[in-house]
Amino acid sequence: MHNNLDINVHHITRVEGHGNIVVNVKEGKIEKLQWQVPEAPRFFEAMVRGHSYQDIQTIVSRICGICSITHSLAATKAVEAALGIKVSEQADKLRILMHYSEQLQSHTLHVGYLAAPDFFGTPSVVPLVARAADAVKTIVKAHRIANNWSDLIAGRTTHPVTLIPGGLTRTPTEKQLRQLQQTLKDAVPDLKKIAEVVLSVAANIPKFERPTEYVSLKQTTPPTYTFYHGGVTSNDNKGAVLPIEKWHDVANEYMVEQSTAKWAKWHRDAYAVGALARFNNNAELLSPMAKDAAKMFGLQKDCCNPYMNTVAQLVECFHIVETSIDLIDQLLVRGLKTEKVTSSPKAGKGAGCVEAPRGILFHEYEFDKNGKCVAADICIPTNQNHANIQKDFEKLLPEILDQSEKDIRLKLEMLVRAYDPCISCSTHFLDVQFVR
Amino acid sequence: MDRPRVAIFDFACCEGCQLQIVNLEEELLDLIDNVEVVEWREAMSEQSREYDIAIIEGSITRPEDEKRLEIIRTRAKTLIALGACATIGGINKLKNNFEMSDVKKCVYGKSADMPHLETMPTKAVDEVVKVDYKIHGCPIDRKEFTYVIRCLLMGKKPEIPEWPVCVECKSKGNPCLWDYGQVCLGPIIRAGCGARCPSSGFRCFGCRGYIDDPNVNGAKDVIERYGLSVDALKAKMVLFGIGQGPTNA
Ligand code: SF4
Ligand code: SF4
Ligand code: SF4
Repeated sequence: MHNNLDINVHHITRVEGHGNIVVNVKEGKIEKLQWQVPEAPRFFEAMVRGHSYQDIQTIVSRICGICSITHSLAATKAVEAALGIKVSEQADKLRILMHYSEQLQSHTLHVGYLAAPDFFGTPSVVPLVARAADAVKTIVKAHRIANNWSDLIAGRTTHPVTLIPGGLTRTPTEKQLRQLQQTLKDAVPDLKKIAEVVLSVAANIPKFERPTEYVSLKQTTPPTYTFYHGGVTSNDNKGAVLPIEKWHDVANEYMVEQSTAKWAKWHRDAYAVGALARFNNNAELLSPMAKDAAKMFGLQKDCCNPYMNTVAQLVECFHIVETSIDLIDQLLVRGLKTEKVTSSPKAGKGAGCVEAPRGILFHEYEFDKNGKCVAADICIPTNQNHANIQKDFEKLLPEILDQSEKDIRLKLEMLVRAYDPCISCSTHFLDVQFVR
Repeated sequence: MDRPRVAIFDFACCEGCQLQIVNLEEELLDLIDNVEVVEWREAMSEQSREYDIAIIEGSITRPEDEKRLEIIRTRAKTLIALGACATIGGINKLKNNFEMSDVKKCVYGKSADMPHLETMPTKAVDEVVKVDYKIHGCPIDRKEFTYVIRCLLMGKKPEIPEWPVCVECKSKGNPCLWDYGQVCLGPIIRAGCGARCPSSGFRCFGCRGYIDDPNVNGAKDVIERYGLSVDALKAKMVLFGIGQGPTNA
């Protein structure tokens, strides 16, 4: 047991953005234990004001490089809701396919490059090349497949340039989709290999549990393990689904002094979003291979070990690939058509919601009759996890206080990394309750 | 020669440009063989205090970041601005359209006066310290990044295109988006992205910043055909490059 302990992790590494961990233990008593987010706020909700409804997704895509496609999709859905713009079935399916590509990009990046070094006990992925060359090569390959996939549908891997209100600027050819489908089929053995490597070090995933509220999208018609359509649900909401227009009832944001980012709560004092939340709310709807992968790791519904979020991401990789193979079949059977997209300005207000790789994401905009943005409200997943990370810290630290300082530090850092936070995007808006 | 020590730092940005470095995959591992990466917060946990090449991503939006950047400059022999946020202030400059007090109030409401939310008008890196090289784009082009780094490793000066996006766009045989009523900024924007956006049917919105002399063939005829003017096009740069100076470095 430590009588005195002083840990100050300034700018935690291997996460997107900046976050600090402060631990202060005096004479066996925890005096200070904080998850702090001091990232420079970027003020997107203020910056979009005055801009055309056609430029919103191009601006807010820059909230986060890792979830740029997701932000663009949420914004585009919100703009379309506000202006009453309809999207064709083909464009809808292509967008879902585009969205999956980013989920796979982000999940392989997080599992392979950012979290795996923890499981192997190396400071970065670079020394891993020497220790597990084959595994790293397979991860690199999977990551590149995801990148090329985004290139094809979104015009590039980061900050899409094919997405416009009403549809897409370009349609891939049937040949390109067939090639993509083959690539995805060929990627299945690679995913299995990655899963086996992670399983071989799964003993290093800390055993820690804290029941909390898990919030995610849920789609009932047809029942789907959704990232894109549907409404909001949670285990505390007894499976009931809220329409996304009501998202303010879910994400009750408030300010705390240790953070430039806002925190959020719904039924309890904190909730979690992300792969584990999606899994806990929708696991029965996963694809067969994804279910097998979950079984491999003993991951079951109602899991409340936050470190298992990384495993849930891996499970989702299988679902994404298997579901996309099927989605491409659906597109090919219908036959691809070149679609002309038009839209015109109108006054209105609308919300859009999708699952980012790291959890549920809300966008809302209001436009004047010329289609100029007059107000915006964005609530990103990492903000929704901050309070939950703090609560995890408060339960975890007393449980591990007898371990070495190095281990304590590592476990706290790993916990933050398990949430896969992209803090660069988490500094933003709210109607404020000031908490001191 | 010893392997040059390289450090990567991020300021206010989306970190999408660092992501393009990660996206180099095998090529990155190859580059890493030729340099010593001494600090890169996003990818590794080691940190250092001396470097030959400092790569700066992001815009400068707080007084404390100005100080941090000045310190980095004193420790770095060569300093590279990475991506539009760093080279021209990028999307972050949209903030400069408003009063800072208004921006804070809009986003943080009653909490706007909390000291840790302090912010200042966005600056590009060269508005604070001397920049030796600029790698343009939002995000950067991966190939251009490796090209610039390899040039530096060989002691050569990298050559960045001094002609407009239209040149690349035409060589790809794209139809001109002005024919479809899109306000494409290709004629005044620096090439090097392979006309990424027009090739996907999306107008060029200027992420690489404007070129200093747009009056070259390729852009001239577009400007003539559609009755455009350089000044009128600059006035339409509402997303990137607000109040931008020259972009060559
Ligand atoms: S230039 Fe663009 S991609 Fe690069 S960090 Fe800035 S916003 Fe992100
Ligand atoms: S104006 Fe745009 S679309 Fe037209 S040629 Fe130039 S870059 Fe291409
Ligand atoms: S076409 Fe224009 S906006 Fe698109 S990447 Fe090139 S410079 Fe940037």
